[in-house]
Parts: sequence; C-alpha cells; structure tokens
Amino acid sequence: MDGTVSAEALAWPDAIFAELRRWDVRQVAYVPDGGHARLIRSIHADAAKRAIPLTTEEEGIAVLAGAALGGHRGALLMQSSGVGNCVNMLSLVKTCRFPLLALVTMRGEWGEFNPWQVPMGSTTEAAFRLMDVETRRADRPEDVADTVSAAARMVFEGGSAVAVLLGQRLIGAKVF
Amino acid sequence: MLDRRDVVARLLADRGEALVVTGLGAATYDVAAAGDDARNFYLWGAMGGAALMGLGLAIAQPDRPVVVVTGDGEQLMGLGAFATIALQAPANLTVVVLDNGLYGETGGQQSHTGRGVDLAAVARGCGIADASRITDMAGVDALAAAIRAGGSAPRVAVITIDPAEAPRVLPSRDGAYLRGRMQAALGLAA
Repeated sequence: MDGTVSAEALAWPDAIFAELRRWDVRQVAYVPDGGHARLIRSIHADAAKRAIPLTTEEEGIAVLAGAALGGHRGALLMQSSGVGNCVNMLSLVKTCRFPLLALVTMRGEWGEFNPWQVPMGSTTEAAFRLMDVETRRADRPEDVADTVSAAARMVFEGGSAVAVLLGQRLIGAKVF
Repeated sequence: MLDRRDVVARLLADRGEALVVTGLGAATYDVAAAGDDARNFYLWGAMGGAALMGLGLAIAQPDRPVVVVTGDGEQLMGLGAFATIALQAPANLTVVVLDNGLYGETGGQQSHTGRGVDLAAVARGCGIADASRITDMAGVDALAAAIRAGGSAPRVAVITIDPAEAPRVLPSRDGAYLRGRMQAALGLAA
C-alpha cells in the first residue's frame, strides 16, 4: 500500500514523525508494517533516533522499559495483529509503572480483505485495556498530530501507558 | 562444576559503574545474594525480556557497562533477542546466561539447552560474534575483566553451572521502587 497514496495520506506519518521529534523520542522500536512504512524510513534517516527492528512486538515492551530506566524516551510502532503478543510483557509496564507510547496501525476493521486479521483487530483495544494501557484513536488525517501529541504528553509528562490506534480507514485497506 | 553463586559473586565483585538487569527466578536471587545495589534491576516476571531490557538500557547509557544475568529458560523464551541485539550492536552490553539445563523454579524439568540446544551458537548465528561458553572460574574472571575493559561489540557468555539449587535470597518485588531507585542512582528524574 505504501507509495501509491494521496498527498494527504502521506502527511500523517510525517505529522507523527514531527511529534516524535518534538517530544525528543530517542528509541523507536518496531515490527515492520505497511501503514508505518514511511514513518519507519524517516526514523532510520534521523541520526537523533535509534531505529530498533524487533522480531516480535513484545520485545519492544522490554526494550522501551530499559530505555526509560536509562533516561531515554521511546515509542513502539506495530500493527494491531501484534498487540496480543504483548500482553504478558505489559506486566513490566504495569508493575513498574514504566511509561509506554505505542502507535498501532489497525487491520481487520475497515474493508479488510484478509479474515485472519479480524480476530486480533477487533480485540486490539480490549487487549490493551486488559493490561491497563489507555487507548486513543485517530481515524482522520487531521486528527493524527493532536492525538499523538496528547498521548505523548500523558506518557512523557505523566508516566502513563498509552496506545494510539490509527484506524484502518485512515491508512487505507490493504490491496492485493 | 561451577557454583552459580560463586560465578555471580565473582562477576560482580569489582563491577565499577555497571548496571545489572536480572532474569526472573534464580538469576534474580543470585544477583541479590552478591549484594543488593540501587543499580540492580531485578525482574520477577516479563519472562524472555531481560536481555531486551538490557538492550534499551545499554543504548540509553552508552558510557556504562550493562550486564544482564539470566538463566537458560528465560533466554529460551526470548531467542529473538539475540537477533535484535545483534542489529543494534551496543558495545557496552553483556548477556550472561547461567545455563543449568533445567527449569529450577518449576520442578527441575529439563530445558532445551539440557537436551542439546546451544545458546552461544544461536547468538553467534544471529551475528553476535563474541558469544562463548564458559565452564571454569578462569573464564568467569576473564569475562569480568572484559566487562570492565569495555569493548567494541556486544557479548554473550553462556556459563555452564551446577544444577544444584542455592538458598533463596529474595530482593524487593516492588517494580516501581526498583525502577525509581536505579533512575535516582543515574541522576534521572523518575
């Protein structure tokens, strides 16, 4: 899906990148995702940020806990299908009250062609709630910057754990 | 055969500025037995996450050695960590796996390493060139010296230990307290 989208659709990943810079996020852990492809490229190109590819999403929870322990702000980028993988590792965030900012691209909720994405997509928010991670949503490009900024304030000034769910309608259903 | 408490005590005897993250179970008790310290972060859960927590900490604190002390079972749950660490290649990170080939906390069931899986070979295969197996105290002393001296790449040391259990030494289980005291020791706002 990356590379064939409109100028407006290109703008929201750049808005996220601008927020991550503004909040001085230093470690960005991710599992690759089409919706985050542009943002991931920007992070790799920024010498002030460490791009940390993961083999599975729960690794990122532990990496970012270590980052926070050592004084670095972090963010975790992933797709909704990876949220279930994080559940037990989120005990680290909950028990130790580590800050957590997760930016999650949604699959399985809007025009999804692949039914295998629906079970986890439809329970993504519930999975976060199960472990006391706050969730906020952005479904329109113009809402992304504000939503990420508000979440970042809760995380980096308040020490909260917050996931921003980026709706599939925003990203566009994957076309095969 | 090496006694786990002797190994960890020797490893941390002259730790300098090192920050230590422990994997849940006996590795946590071993590090506590070597002496509590505000720069120790003990995991009591988050199985499979110790080495990765060490990675985030090592990137954030590049001027201090970061030592992860964990067990074979904990590391087996997070094998991908070796691949993720290899890509970042933090020079100040050492992952020490105390390998007794069994799950001591749950009844002594044989682990995959007890049946032939070689964690040092896995780490090397992932791209961590300095991944070795240690079977004697001279090797432990050399490892401690290497940690103090620093280096240019991450290292993994799999230390074969006696499977005998040691008396439990239980450090704090209050994760928020453990976080706050290490951050204070680093001069960071909690």
